[in-house]
Amino acid sequence: MNAIVYLTRKAEFSASHFYHNPEFTPEENQRLFGKCNNPNGHGHNYLLEVTVRGAVDRRSGFVVDLKELKEILNREVLDAMDHRFLNKEVPEFLTRIPTTENLAIAIWQRLESKLAKAKLHRVRVYETPGLFVDFYGEA
Amino acid sequence: MKAHLTRRYGFAASHRLHSEAMSADENRTIYGKCNNPHGHGHNYALEVTVSGPVAMPTGMVCNLADLDGYVLSEVVERYDQQNLNTLPEFAQNVPTTENLCIEIYEIMQRGFRHAHLEKVRLEETMMNSFEYTGGAEPRR
Repeated sequence: MNAIVYLTRKAEFSASHFYHNPEFTPEENQRLFGKCNNPNGHGHNYLLEVTVRGAVDRRSGFVVDLKELKEILNREVLDAMDHRFLNKEVPEFLTRIPTTENLAIAIWQRLESKLAKAKLHRVRVYETPGLFVDFYGEA
Repeated sequence: MKAHLTRRYGFAASHRLHSEAMSADENRTIYGKCNNPHGHGHNYALEVTVSGPVAMPTGMVCNLADLDGYVLSEVVERYDQQNLNTLPEFAQNVPTTENLCIEIYEIMQRGFRHAHLEKVRLEETMMNSFEYTGGAEPRR
């Protein structure tokens, strides 16, 4: 039997950001984004949970080689985002606002094509322990 | 693109599990310590999950200020530091965390218009939690 199992790997990164849309007036930006509009930025310890789905390999007993998954996460996400100013240093956020929603989408897009055997199921990003976003790759 | 956003809140309230439909003995057997006539309390943790397309201009499913505003005024304000048994919704209905979870879902459903309500999850203690997604819908 090739049972389908879900596997979740956590990673942590710290980064700063601010919310601003240049198409809005300063007043609109302030009203919409409040304290998050401070152009000097502020930071979070983000917690990332990546869930993959797949059949358990008969020989290895793995859904995915965790070592490989960890390397992909390090290379595609942490190297690019850990201890960075998201608005200025991560290409996706030169044109998109680095909200937790957009962060979850960007991380999904960075990971999806890099996974070989297991399929990406969910990207969950905690901005704080009291706020998180789930992205399932839905259009 | 559609994303799910979850926000956590907390409130403290007391309750007593007791059903008028059952005898005193039955109540004691079914509810055990929770049937204590003087009631007891919990620090409830509430998770509200909403979903929707991430709006391009804001990068958001919905503005957190709108979600917080609604949940704090309509849910937390209503239940925090209250004895649940004294509230009208629990006059005929035992204030189990199942029923409270459904009640909070209904409050969200009635008036929150800024995003689609996906799920209400309520932790009674660190060891038990309840989820309601409305009717018989499958949960994620």
